[in-house]
Amino acid sequence: MSQPDLLAIRNLSVSFPADRGRTTVVQNLSLTVSPGETVALVGESGSGKSVTSLAVTRLLDYGPGRIDAGEIRYRDRDGTVRDLVRENAESMRRLRGPEIAMIFQQPMSSLNPVMRIGEQIAEAIVQHREIGWSEAEAEALQLLERVRIPDARRQLKRYPFEISGGMRQRVMIAIALASRPRLLIADEPTTALDVTVQAQVLRLLRELRNDLGTGLLFITHDMGVVAELADRVVVMRGGERVEEGSVTQIFGAPVHAYTKSLLAAVPVLGSLAETPLPAPFAIPPEKAVPQDTVAAGAPILQVRDLVTRFDVRNAFGMLNARVHAVEQVNLDIQPGETLALVGESGCGKSTLGRSIVRLETPRSGQIVFDGKDVLGADAEANPELRRGIQYVFQDPYSALDPRLTVGFSIAEPIRTHALRQGAAVTDRVAELLELVGLPTHFAARYPHELSGGQCQRVGIARALASEPRLIIADEAVAALDVSIRAQVVNLLMALQRRLGLSCLFISHDMAVVERVSHRVAVMYLGQIVEIGPRQAVLTSPQHAYTRRLLAAVPIPDPARRRRELAIDDSEVPSPLRAPDDNPTVAPLVEVGPGHYVARHPVGGSY
Amino acid sequence: MTAPTIRSPAGEFWRRLRRRHTALAAGVVVLLIVLIAIFAPLLAPYDPAAADYDAVLQGPSLAHLAGTDSYGRDILSRIIWGGRISLTVGLVSAFAGGLVGTALGLISGWAGGWVDTALMRLCDVLFAFPGILLAIAVVALLGPGVANVVWAVAVFSVPVFARLVRGTTMALKEAQYVQAGRTIGVPGSKLMLYHILPGALPVVIVYMSLRIGSAILVGAALSFIGLGAQPPSPEWGAMLADGRAYLGVADHLTLFPGLAIFIVVLSFNVLGDGLRDALSQRLH
Amino acid sequence: MLFFLRRLVGAIPVLFAVSIFVFGFVRVLPGDPARLVAGADATEQEVASARQSLGLDRPIWEQYVRYVGASLKGDLGVSSRTREPVIDVIAARFWPTLWLTLAAMGWATLAGTFIGVWAGTKRGRWQDQVAMLVAIGGLSFPGFWLGFLLINLFSVHLGWLPTGGFDSWLSLLMPSFTLGVGVAAVLARFSRSAFVDVAGEDFVRTARSKGLRERRVIWRHGVRNALIPVVTLTGLEFGTLLGGAIVVETVFAWPGLGRLLVDSIAFRDYPVIQAEILLLSAEFLLINLVIDMLYGVLNPEIRLRS
Repeated sequence: MSQPDLLAIRNLSVSFPADRGRTTVVQNLSLTVSPGETVALVGESGSGKSVTSLAVTRLLDYGPGRIDAGEIRYRDRDGTVRDLVRENAESMRRLRGPEIAMIFQQPMSSLNPVMRIGEQIAEAIVQHREIGWSEAEAEALQLLERVRIPDARRQLKRYPFEISGGMRQRVMIAIALASRPRLLIADEPTTALDVTVQAQVLRLLRELRNDLGTGLLFITHDMGVVAELADRVVVMRGGERVEEGSVTQIFGAPVHAYTKSLLAAVPVLGSLAETPLPAPFAIPPEKAVPQDTVAAGAPILQVRDLVTRFDVRNAFGMLNARVHAVEQVNLDIQPGETLALVGESGCGKSTLGRSIVRLETPRSGQIVFDGKDVLGADAEANPELRRGIQYVFQDPYSALDPRLTVGFSIAEPIRTHALRQGAAVTDRVAELLELVGLPTHFAARYPHELSGGQCQRVGIARALASEPRLIIADEAVAALDVSIRAQVVNLLMALQRRLGLSCLFISHDMAVVERVSHRVAVMYLGQIVEIGPRQAVLTSPQHAYTRRLLAAVPIPDPARRRRELAIDDSEVPSPLRAPDDNPTVAPLVEVGPGHYVARHPVGGSY
Repeated sequence: MTAPTIRSPAGEFWRRLRRRHTALAAGVVVLLIVLIAIFAPLLAPYDPAAADYDAVLQGPSLAHLAGTDSYGRDILSRIIWGGRISLTVGLVSAFAGGLVGTALGLISGWAGGWVDTALMRLCDVLFAFPGILLAIAVVALLGPGVANVVWAVAVFSVPVFARLVRGTTMALKEAQYVQAGRTIGVPGSKLMLYHILPGALPVVIVYMSLRIGSAILVGAALSFIGLGAQPPSPEWGAMLADGRAYLGVADHLTLFPGLAIFIVVLSFNVLGDGLRDALSQRLH
Repeated sequence: MLFFLRRLVGAIPVLFAVSIFVFGFVRVLPGDPARLVAGADATEQEVASARQSLGLDRPIWEQYVRYVGASLKGDLGVSSRTREPVIDVIAARFWPTLWLTLAAMGWATLAGTFIGVWAGTKRGRWQDQVAMLVAIGGLSFPGFWLGFLLINLFSVHLGWLPTGGFDSWLSLLMPSFTLGVGVAAVLARFSRSAFVDVAGEDFVRTARSKGLRERRVIWRHGVRNALIPVVTLTGLEFGTLLGGAIVVETVFAWPGLGRLLVDSIAFRDYPVIQAEILLLSAEFLLINLVIDMLYGVLNPEIRLRS
């Protein structure tokens, strides 16, 4: 067997205890990483990619997982080749940090909440080198500056909860770099981050790899990120490697059927730039034919000057500040139309959706649905008004009561609104299950027996049970794997064709938005800064924030890899304001047919 | 990959509980103790109050398996009868406290606002008194006696349950499936009945089983210091107080009632632990 | 600093409510408090003068204000049993109880958390199972029975320790052990589960990925975070301890507040009962206030956010 340049995994198998015996989650996996090379390990949830990273660092030992077979050959700083499967715990500990470092997915929970950031970095330095704490702290400061954390000296003394998610992930990178590792393993390091922050972090990782010559094993499910960063790609499914190749090879000429279907399900921003209409994903039986479903006439939903704010009170009930989640928002949706509401976390897009169905109480404004004001006083008492608008939630599991069967959950709206009686309820449930592409016997199942995609179909069936005219899909496909996501998007679009539904599609994913929507509204700090036809907004964005957002989206095509990103390291300001400091909201300016843009300053930056 | 078999959450719970052999054993012991208490008149070899001055302070023998006390009363019979008192104290007070506390917690968590603030301040005040102290205060007001002990213990269980259920209710109120119900237009009463109460109930049941053990302990302690059951009642705590004068002389007077309390409380605690573990595993 | 001030201010309404409760306590007693104070065979005139001297003829709110004013000045009334000022009766009994509870709390907290964390690090192994078995046993053990067993062994049979009273520090051993067992068991169980929870957190994995020594991972990252919930529980357990002291003092003839309370109830000495409930509750509140602040010290998020 050839000796590795850096890392060579051969025939690795890992298993976890199961109800009976053990389940193998990684089977016969082989891959190599050379110094300075970036290898992307790609797969959907349950493919075993994260477990592989834990096996290499042997952090697996601290959980129930076990390496059953194979070897992990690693060439260390001194040129000695070791088999990490056979190293003892103490020598593995010495390797973690100076040789192999890791970055994890959840920046929110991966830092110790009660330890200052400076100490968390410094302890990684002190552990492996013969230097004192004050020297280590000075080095920590340099590292924070290296990962471009502004005002680094002050950040050293702060606790993780005091800084944003993007900043925490930079701190994680600083910790990983603290002992100058030769192999860096990044496990979905940008998945929990907003797209602009993701772009910043990816650029940082690329720079560091180029400057330091570390090998990078990058684990992700996001083909866009792979195309941006990787030299070589290993595709995994069900614990096994299905394909391996250079990044151009995998994207240009995939061999394995799974890789092909995976790539077909990945939305590519810009692929519908030539048509104003949405089109489903080209996965059988659907064809990617643009569909025109918008009906002329009065809008089904009109939102006027809607304001939703949350009071932040201190222990004595005094008003400290207000979160301006939704500020003077205006929008219309036509029958059969999909309006996409895009923006980053905290921009207020979910609050807007929740305000429309009155899960939040708007402070002022008007919501007119089908000609009726739904914010009026008598509206609360009238469940009939709730019926016309239905909500589909992000997490398919938590939106269903775990103690009730799927059938009961779908029947609940039918019973609440007395749409059917007696046995007809069961028939209707069966009909709805078929409509969303599930077998009728699923009615007797419990949510935990379903997969994520199946659960989300149930959520959609329950929404349809009220026979609504408008569906609000709040990040409804964000939690799903790529291939499942494409199927559910296609389902929503098929339902729009068949039933003429309108849809408010709340999403952070610009590529999916391009697929599904007729019009797009961009939210920033509670305000709509740009709204217009999808084609116009995505191809010629007028607002600076829209441009920034679009520039940050990674394109799943290595041929279109951007050399340098036009993204600075600034962060989105907080929507928290002093009680009487209301933001200015001027009317939007029309720049094209139906295309409106904010020309007033929003949040200082734009 | 095998096809998943269909299991209900309740079935899953039982499957996990079945694996916990100690908890099951404790459940069997609890059942036995309840049966013994119910059939005390049939099982007790002697009248628990009948004095026999020819056989005072006798050690365990074939005639008196657990010996006799200073009046010549059969200790085993007294323990069997005493089980009725301890179980009543434990079950009734845990149940009453649990019921009132659950109701308060549901109201508090669901209503929010000033109702919540008022109820939680009330709980704060109740919490400001150490548990037994509150019970002693109640007994001091109402006078000694088993019935008063029951209410005393129930009173200081109320805030525990109220807080527990309030927390669960507030979490469930924000749970997406309850919010989903609201967007559908399901009325509040039905949301409470179908979604929130069933969600809170398992925690309440588990906590109740743990609470029974400590209620029995407190009841026995109150009787021991003379505030609970009065002589000649065969209450276990009171029996221990009686046997105190004969420490080192006739140890069986304190050994057997103490053992009885220990075994009963231990059984309820182990059972409660098992229920809790089986429950929390399902929730994860 | 603001945080600590707020906690201090926040305790005032509860103390206020407690004082109303304790004040109301005597008002709802069956029978006429004036007659109780005057004695069973007092004449109508004596009762009336007692009523006047107690201020019972004034409006209820004025009685309350006077009661609070007097309490703050240390005037808690006169014991109806010994005719001594209540404050003197209580003062004599205060220190023995304080020593007893502090000793019990001290060993129980240390042993409880240490055993809990140790069991947590051995999770699932036999050490864990044995420790948790002992803990649930300790939780189920009636303190008064344990006291008897100890007296029987160490005093009656071996003659090493005194059976009761508070004559030397040696006599503190058995009562404080008996009193602390339950609390130690609760803390052991709780700190184990708190540690196990923390050990599964992402930041512990991060700590290991830095190549830190296991000792530092466990103590600096694991235990340091697990202590936060444990500290809160410790405060609540102090209440259990104060209650338990009443029983344990009876077992060991300990000259403390607990036995005084039991005796006072037997003699229906309401002024003393009232004062004791006030004192013990105030002590409990005070301890929890300290614990609350300790919680702030341990948890920067609570301290800096509020």
